[in-house]
Amino acid sequence: MSSEKWNVTFEVYRQVPGEKPHFDEFKLEVNPDEYVLDGIERIWAFWDRTLCFRHACHHSTCGACGMRVNGIEKLSCITLIRDVTHDGGKMRVEPLRNFPVVRDLAVDMGNFYLQMDAVHHRPVLPVSEASIEKPEETWSPEYDQYTRLSDCIECGLCISACPISGTDPNYLGPAVLAGAQQSGLSRSPQVMGLVDSENGLWRCHSVYECTAVCPSFVDPARRIMDLRKMVLVERVRRLFNRPTRTELRIEETRK
Amino acid sequence: MSDIYNTPSRRRFLQWFNPLGRKEGSWGFSLNRITALGLTLYLYMHLVVLGLLARGPDAYDNFLALIHNPVFIFGEVLVVAAGFIHGLNGLRIALTSFGIAVPQQRSMLIVLMVIAGIASLIFAIRMFTA
Repeated sequence: MSSEKWNVTFEVYRQVPGEKPHFDEFKLEVNPDEYVLDGIERIWAFWDRTLCFRHACHHSTCGACGMRVNGIEKLSCITLIRDVTHDGGKMRVEPLRNFPVVRDLAVDMGNFYLQMDAVHHRPVLPVSEASIEKPEETWSPEYDQYTRLSDCIECGLCISACPISGTDPNYLGPAVLAGAQQSGLSRSPQVMGLVDSENGLWRCHSVYECTAVCPSFVDPARRIMDLRKMVLVERVRRLFNRPTRTELRIEETRK
Repeated sequence: MSDIYNTPSRRRFLQWFNPLGRKEGSWGFSLNRITALGLTLYLYMHLVVLGLLARGPDAYDNFLALIHNPVFIFGEVLVVAAGFIHGLNGLRIALTSFGIAVPQQRSMLIVLMVIAGIASLIFAIRMFTA
């Protein structure tokens, strides 16, 4: 890290439940190679202990510190100050959109987590089932004893960036649909009914902003499009009274 | 824990028209909404103009004389441009919606919008010089 120093004004969204929101300004001397979360923690530590925000791991694994920085969704723990402002510049920090604000920068993600559960998204999965770029033939069943964290860290950035999630409170949203594509469909036929619905994958308007802001390379937009293909195949199979692939997969798992 | 400032609401549709700071997909989304509204408005205006036919040839001829000025021609160029943008972007969305060329959606948008721009320019030159 360089010894360079920048003077940056943090404009921080403040909101107490039941009151109108406003912005508080904090002028900080920072190293531009520090992260946005470092600045916010310093504001909390030395300026205002009432500032409320979520954070945990500091290395983009927990997904807790998602915020909007200058209007764009970022994981504040891996967003360099240098990348979002300049010396003498301002930086506006706001909570994620489309989630109820608990206070200041902290949002309530309870309903989102319930929806992830409803589509049977697995935060941890056998390494052989991980959807990472891999030559399939190099993986053998013995690797099933190992598990890895799922790519999706449930940070909610994609839900905040999606314009449809902003106008339709019932829309499942990119992360939930990606979760269904990734692991849900192979585990429960009910998931098909959930995603192939008015508020499911047909509500997506192909904006691709979910993929643009995803810090974990889940590529929710591609997964939603893939899910559409899967749903269409299932519908055609049902039309000809053939068992759906989901049913076949579940039967296979039972064996 | 209700929060009227941050929760999803149909009243937040104005966000659809603000792609500033966002990636190409958001610009394509906003363009499609704007051109759709413009084309819908034009459709109704077109129906009103056709209604002039019912008032006889004089009313229609007077209207035709009125629209032969640069402001109206510019309006017609906008309609043509909206048609190209909406149609070509719609093609991209139709393809990617079923999993075709999803990784290429960004470059596809740029190429199609360049085509829409060139086609609109050709039409504009022809319409203003006719």
